[in-house]
Formats: sequence, structure tokens, C-alpha cells
Amino acid sequence: MDDDLRPDPDALLAALPAPRGKLKLFFGAAPGVGKTYAMLAEAQEKRAAGLDVVVGWVDTHGRAETEALLAGLEVLPRKQIAWRGKQVPEFDLDAVLARRPALVVVDELPHSNAPGSRHPKRWQDVDELLAAGIDVYSAMNVQHLDSLNDVVSGVTGVAVAETVPDHVFDRASEVRLVDLPPDDLLLRLAAGKVYLPEVAERAAGHFFRKGNLIALRELALRRLADRVDGQMRAQREVQSRAPVWATSLGVLLVLGQGDEDSAVRQAARLARALSAPWHAVWVDRGHASAAARSRALAALAQAEEQGAHTLVLAGPVPASLIADYARRHNLSLLALSQRGNRARGFWRASLQQQLAQRAPELNCLILAAGERAKAAAAGWRWPDAGGWWQSTLACLALTAAMLPLRGVLDAANLVMLYLLLVLLAAVRYGRTPAAWAAVLSVALFDFFFIEPHLSFAVSDIQYLITFAVMLTVGLVAGQLVASQRQSAAQAGRREAHTRYLYEMARELGSALMPEQVGEITGRFLQASLNAQISLWLPDAEEQLEALPDTPLAVDAALVRWSFDHQQAAGQGTHTLPDAAQLYLPLQAPMRTRGVLVVAVPDALALADPDNRRLCEAVAALAAQTLERLHYIEVAQQTLLSMESERLRHSLLAALSHDLRTPLTALSGNAETLLLALQREGRAEQEQAALLLAQSQRITRLVTNLLEMARLQAGGVTLHQDWLPADEVIGSAIAALGGVLDTHPLQLDIDPACPMLYGDAILLERLLVNLLENAAKYSPPGSPICVSAAAEDGRILLRVADRGPGLPPGDPARLFDAFSRGERESAISGVGLGLAICRTIADVHGARLSAANRHDGGACFTLSLPQLPPPALDFDPENLP
Amino acid sequence: MHALTALIIEDEAAIRRFVRSALEDEGYRVFEADTVARGLIEAGTRKPDVLVLDLGLPDGDGVSLLLDLRSWSKVPVIVLSARVDEVDKIAALDAGADDYLTKPFGVGELLARVRALQRRRSGGEGNGSLVRLGEAVTVDLANRSVSRGGEPVHLTQLEYRLLATLLAHRGKVLTHRQLLQEVWGPGYVEHSHYLRIYMAHLRQKLEADPAQPRFLRTETGVGYRLL
Repeated sequence: MDDDLRPDPDALLAALPAPRGKLKLFFGAAPGVGKTYAMLAEAQEKRAAGLDVVVGWVDTHGRAETEALLAGLEVLPRKQIAWRGKQVPEFDLDAVLARRPALVVVDELPHSNAPGSRHPKRWQDVDELLAAGIDVYSAMNVQHLDSLNDVVSGVTGVAVAETVPDHVFDRASEVRLVDLPPDDLLLRLAAGKVYLPEVAERAAGHFFRKGNLIALRELALRRLADRVDGQMRAQREVQSRAPVWATSLGVLLVLGQGDEDSAVRQAARLARALSAPWHAVWVDRGHASAAARSRALAALAQAEEQGAHTLVLAGPVPASLIADYARRHNLSLLALSQRGNRARGFWRASLQQQLAQRAPELNCLILAAGERAKAAAAGWRWPDAGGWWQSTLACLALTAAMLPLRGVLDAANLVMLYLLLVLLAAVRYGRTPAAWAAVLSVALFDFFFIEPHLSFAVSDIQYLITFAVMLTVGLVAGQLVASQRQSAAQAGRREAHTRYLYEMARELGSALMPEQVGEITGRFLQASLNAQISLWLPDAEEQLEALPDTPLAVDAALVRWSFDHQQAAGQGTHTLPDAAQLYLPLQAPMRTRGVLVVAVPDALALADPDNRRLCEAVAALAAQTLERLHYIEVAQQTLLSMESERLRHSLLAALSHDLRTPLTALSGNAETLLLALQREGRAEQEQAALLLAQSQRITRLVTNLLEMARLQAGGVTLHQDWLPADEVIGSAIAALGGVLDTHPLQLDIDPACPMLYGDAILLERLLVNLLENAAKYSPPGSPICVSAAAEDGRILLRVADRGPGLPPGDPARLFDAFSRGERESAISGVGLGLAICRTIADVHGARLSAANRHDGGACFTLSLPQLPPPALDFDPENLP
Repeated sequence: MHALTALIIEDEAAIRRFVRSALEDEGYRVFEADTVARGLIEAGTRKPDVLVLDLGLPDGDGVSLLLDLRSWSKVPVIVLSARVDEVDKIAALDAGADDYLTKPFGVGELLARVRALQRRRSGGEGNGSLVRLGEAVTVDLANRSVSRGGEPVHLTQLEYRLLATLLAHRGKVLTHRQLLQEVWGPGYVEHSHYLRIYMAHLRQKLEADPAQPRFLRTETGVGYRLL
């Protein structure tokens, strides 16, 4: 069926990006091709078209023609960052975020920020600008692309330290290639038109060779073609779910064999070329030096940045671990580095051979050794001192204890005792002390127990076999025991993590207060990572507050940043990696619930993906618990507010009833009295009329007060309906009765005025109050105009009079309760009328404003949103 | 001709007092009751020509009294409500009340309503099938035609049906629900904008000033009334 190949709407929706700013990259093959010039020229065009363009960072390098292009553009000042006693000018990210232009020009995308900046790299600054919805123009060269970096340095022999991850390039909305044929570029260079940074000056002669430039140009063009190709494929995927992509080909990079940097790049490039997912693992066999360990962890982080899933595997037999992992994750292509392959030695099968044995179905790819690997010499280093003294002492003590037994015990039994000692050293102190103990044991055995005594000379050649066996058994046993111990420890740690998470989830399940969440989270991270935590939660105004009892010196600004951007920050991340703690946003399904700050005594601990994941899992659990607590609170408050609304409603109803009943009796009887006295022509009718007028005045007052109380109690339920403007105005006029008799009414209702959508009673009340005011404040006989018309998508109702106009001062203050135009005015009222009007306008989402008419008098305007009118679902001329 | 009788069911003596004197001035014999139970007995025995009913009575709701009353009497009922909530009035009108007054109300207002209801009860002012609305409009019920100032006015079927429904209950407040149900049918009782649009059409065709209608009156939030 064709239907099956139609795009899935969900997939289409998921493919739609969030409203982010657009990045336009000006991409060149080499410095000097004119990227900055092209970028500024385009920025000028945008500015001429009326766009709000600012320049965040541009270095013109003193080129006059480029500088001329800056004319008329707003250039933001640079931020000065103090570093090593110098002031380093840097791009001011916060200034742009505060200024919020439509488009900002930020040159030199690969730039590394001075230490102490928010992000280590400028592309991360740009990413934050894009996330804030600001469009960015930026520029970079092909050698700055992370994946091509070593290729370029291989071609040109010039190493470039500043790179931009490929995903930045691939996700840019637009990439414009600024191209210049190599000959023209060389001409420009010769003419001194190309500025070269001093550092690069020395390399310039080498870099700007024609052959290099041609190669670079080809690389740039090819990379751009790749990008277009990728887009085309992505488009094809969006357009149809063609079964072309059914086969899965995943890449698994095995780290830990030296030159991780180059290996990660190559694997990333490979995965991208194959459009395949990729994973990177490092096998921790328990004897890696701290330096190797941190190198491997850094490479894992780099791989993760390039889109890999990463994991540290632990165990003595790397090949089986890797094979299992690859099978479990359906990764059919293993990437190993060449050096690791070579270094295995002849007596033991290489990792590649082991893998081929264990998992013949997997493809193995041997990555080329990178430039850096060739240069880096593997430094030998003294192993850790732990256990050395103890092993030595144990060997000496054993020898001393055995000396009196020389001749009593057989030499073979003595060897057994030494072997036992080596084994114990392996169990207790690990591999190297065990090896040392083995060597020492052989030496001591030879020296003290083998003829001739007290000499290393050996009389019987047989003993050489004993030594060899003793040494080998010692080393192998030590190795085995140590590996076992290491993987047991690793498994124990993982098991502990899992147990912690289970227990924590269980405890969080019964937490009822945010404080408990903080306490539980803190306790578990303390137990698992020996970490201190601080939990920051937003209050009603979205201000972040730390929970009490979490004494941790925390950077509140970073907490805020992490909360706002929903990204982890601090130690081990890209945002302020120098910070002493890790800041994790508590992301729950509905929103971010706060920030968890984790401080670990060992800085390296957080670089381990295992520990990072544990922290993230803890944060996720805490976030979900906080969200659950939030909804419990919401439910309780809803119940409470429903209850209180019901109470308020019945209270107001009772109050209304109790006030209106005596007022009805008062005014009714006063009127009856007045009528009777009038009939008899008695003089007291004047008092009776006064009685009636005053009781009516109290009635109005009470009505207004009750109305205000009802509206301000917040529990107004709008009975909104479609109302013709003339009906609303007409019913207000009718409700006023005789009040308007003294003022001629001028109605100007546009027949084309669309229907209003509102509460008929409240809108009538609003108009009644406005009309009453107009009648009250304008001289008898002067006209009152009421008009209704639609303008610019809003419906405007106006009440205008020919009175003295508005009192001086802010017209908006007129709408405050108990405020009146004139103080101590002779005109009665307490100034609730307009306050009620404004409240009614507010609940309708309408605006009420007051102004003086230019030819005298005041004019009140109610501006209601114009909504699409309702449909009549039958033929108006005929019956349904 | 015997004197007309009126029954006031109201628990507040001071209000009964002035309503009574107003109605007596109008020539009614007035009876009083202060509870639902008492009111029903009085209504049954006195057979009043008009009934003034307070909605909040000590032993029950005025609406329940109305429902009971309507099962055996067609006496015109004016409801008094101390609450501003339109819901109560609508409930009372749907239960069969003819008109309502919100407390506090004036004596003049009360008497105007009573007179209008009496007029309708005594058969209205038209002769035969011809009904006059205001000065200019004449409705010929027999020929289903309407003229304004002598000129025939074209009404669509729905417009005429709406006008005829209002005419049949002239003087009485008809709630949105009642009108929608009679004119459009039971399926349309929630579509009150239909009613508003057609009422606007009718006013454009029949009233001199549609914004200040003489006989097609709006009862805001409640319904319409033809005077």
C-alpha cells in the first residue's frame, strides 16, 4: 500500500526543530579568502532591509575595506577578562543576550575563550545565542572542523588547536562557501592583503603553498557536498519511511590502546559517513595508570561530544567483554587502533585475533595511527608504592623464619611457601607488588637456600627450572588474582550503584516533602560517591533557593544558568568545567524542577561515565519525585480553592440576601409612603422623597460593593457568549432607565461591527457604569456618544461625553478602587464604578482606557479582542 | 365583576407590607403567606389572579413551589429574588414563572409587571388575528405577514417563528432556553448565539432604533420579552 510509505505525522513533528535562532556559517578553505568581508557585507544588507543587526565580535585585522563595512553597524563592546595578570578582550555573550538583536555577527567560531569564561569555546557561546532564538552569522575554515583537523594537519604540517565539532557545522541552517581560487589567494597574500596571526607567520610559508591550498579547497568543497548529501538523505527520511534503512550498522570504537584522540576522530568520521550510530568503550582491566585512565576518560567524553554512546567496561578479558557489548548493542563494525594491535607481543594473541576467535561475525577495522601517536613516546613510570614495603618485609621475614629450617625442609616445600607468599601479596596488594615479591622470593631463595649458600651462584643447574617456574607461577597467579580482584571491585561498585538507586527510589516513593527529597538524595550520593550535595528549588517567583541543611559553597549564577538552559554545568561538562561542583538540572516530564549540585572530593570521579550516569539517574529520580510532590500539592490546593470558592460564593450570596432584604423593605415602604403623601398633597412628601432617594443610593453602593467583592474574590465564572454590540449597548441604556433622561444620546454603532464574545451581564454592568459616570460628570443637556466599531482586529466600544474631561494626572489611576476624579466632590459615589469596569475588562482580556477628547470632554474606550465569529450550521433562510 | 385577588408569598413582613399596599391601591384583594406550605394552601383556596413569590422562603425553595403550582394552576407568577445571580431567575422562569424582579425593586416596577401580566391574561389588545407592536408594526397571524408603517416586511421562516413565539407569550420573559427549544428545537438549546443573531435581524427589520428597542426587549443574561 502506498499509505504505508507516507510519512508518519509524529515523525514529521519530531523532525520540526524548536524555535531556535538560525546559524549561517561563512566557510572557507584557508585564511584570507574573505569570509569576514562577505559576512559583514551580508549583515549590511540585512540591516538595510530593516533587521536589527549588531556585531558581537569581529576582528578586521586592520583591513580597510573590511573596516569600511562596519560603518553603521552597532558594535557591542568587548568584555575584559583578567587572566594571568593581563586583560584579555573576549566576546560578551551576556551583553548580546541582554540586547536581544534579531541577528548578531560573531566572527571566528573556533576561538577558545579565556579561562574563566562561561564556556570554554566560542561555538558554545553561539549555541547559547541560538538557543535564545537569536540568529547568528559566524565564520570558520575547513581546518577547524574537528573531524578534518588531523587530515588538514597531515596535509599542511601545521597543527590547529582550535576546533569546532562537526555537529555545529552540520546543524547550521545555512553554510555559505566563501571561495577563492588558490592563485588569487596567493596573489592577495603577496600583495599583503591577508593578515596572518604572528603565531602562524612562521608556518605561513609552509601553509600557503599552492598544493596545500588546492587540497584544502578540495576538502572544503567535499565537506560541503557531504553536508548537502546528508540533508538530502535526512529529507528523504522525512518524506518516506522507505525500507532502505532497515539494516543496522553500528560502529564500536575500542579505546585504551594509545592515541585515543585520533581514534575518536576517525571513528566519528566513519560513523558519520555510514550514517550509523556509534559507541565508544574503554576496558578497564584494573591496572591502568592514573594518567592512562584520565586520558581514556577524556577520550570517552570527546566521543560522547561527537555523538557516541560511551561506557567503561571492566574485566580481565577485554575481547569477550567487547564482543558481548557489540552483540548486545547490535554493533557490527569494531574499530581498533593499530598501535594496540602491534603492542600485544608475540606470545599472546592480539586483541584483534582474540576478537576474531570469539566473535567471527564482527567486522574489525584497524584504524590508522595518528600523527600524534607517532610523536608521543610512551613514558614509563614507577608503579604505585602501595604494598611494596609490605611485600619486601614479608619476603625477608619468611626467609628469616626459614633459615633455621635449612636442611630440615626440602627445597621444594620452601618453594611452596614462597609461592604462597606471592599469592597472598597478589591478593592483598595487587599485581605489581606480587611480581616484585616473586622476583624477590626467587632471589632470596637462591641466595640463602641454594648451594652455595649466601651467593647467587647456582651449583645445580636444575634449580634454574625451579626459579623459572616459581617466577612464572608468581607472576601469573598475581596477574590472575589482581584482575579478579579488580573486576570484583568494579562489579561490586556497579552493584552498589544499582542497589543505591533501588533503595533511593523506594525511599523517594514515600517522601512527602521537598526537604526529604534533599535529605535522601544527599544521603545516597554521600554513600555512593562520598559526595556532598545541595538541592536548589524554584519558588513561586521562579527564584532558586537552596534547601536548608545543605552546607555547600555554590555558584548561584551557575545554578540559575543550568536551570534556565536545562543543561548540566560545572565539573566534567562544557559549561564552566573549572567549577568545583557538578550542576545537574532536575528535568521532570513537565518542566525543570530544580538543580542538584554535586561536589565530589575526587575531581576525576565525575569524569567516569559510570559515576556521571549515577548522578544523572539520581537527579532524574529526584526530579520525578519533586514533580509528584508538586502535583500532590496542586491537587490539594485545587481542593482547597474549590472549597474556599464555594464558601466565598455562599457567603456573598448570604450577604447579598441579608443586605438586600432590608433595603427592599426600606425603599419599597418609602416609595409607598411617598405615593400616599403625594396623593394627599401633604408637605411631608419631601421627606419621604429624600428617604427614597437615600435608600436608593445605599442600594447602589451596596450593589457596587458586593459586585466588587464578587469580582475581586477571583471566583468569577464568565458566562461568555456571542453578543451583538447593539444589544449590549441597548440593554445597558435600558438598565439605566431615567438616569440618561437629562442627556441626549448619540449612538453610532457600525452595522458591520462583529459580535463580541463576553459575559452579557458583566459587559452591561461595565457600560452602565461608564454611562452613569458620563451622565454624572457632564452638564445636563450635553450629549453622550456611544459608539461601536472594529479596528485592527479589535472591537472598540466608546463612551464619550462633553463634560470637563479627565482630571489631571495619570488616567490609569482613575481605575483604582476608591479613587475619584475630584477630591471632596459634590457628586456622590465612592469611586468603585471604574474599578469594577476595569476588573470586568481584565477578566475579558480586554483593555479599558480613558482619554480626553481633543474638542472637550472625556472618552472611555473598551477594546475587546475580535474573535472569529461562530458558524451557523444550518441554512439561515430555511428551517433546520 | 368581582375584585381581582393577589397572593404574596414572602417571609419578610416589611416587604409584604408595601407590596400589599401597592396592590391594594391597584384594586386587588390581597392575601399573604410566609412559607411554602402556607403559600400552596392559600394558592389552592384563594385562586389568586396574580401571585408574587419570593424565592428564598424559610421552609423551602420558591422554585419547588412553582413546579408544584404549575401542575394545577396557570396563575401569572412574579418572582422576587434577592440574589444577583441570573441562574436563580432562569431556573424560576424555566419552572414556569412569568416575570421576575430583583430586590430592591420599586413599587412602580412591580405594578407595571402586574398590569402587563393582567393584560395578557385578559386576552391582549389586538382584535382577531391582527396584533400591533408599538405604533408602526402590525402582525397578521392568520396570513403570517408583517408590515411596518404600511409597508410589508419580509421575514424568513425562522424570524417569523421567533416573533410568533414571543407574541404567544407577550409580556412574559422567555429564557434563551425556552426560545431556542420552541423555535429551533431541543437540539439547539445551547446555541444561544443563533437566538441573538435572529433577534438582531428582527430588530433591524421591525424596530425604529435597534439599539433602543421599544418592544423586543432584552433581559440581560436571562432572555427576551415582547412588550
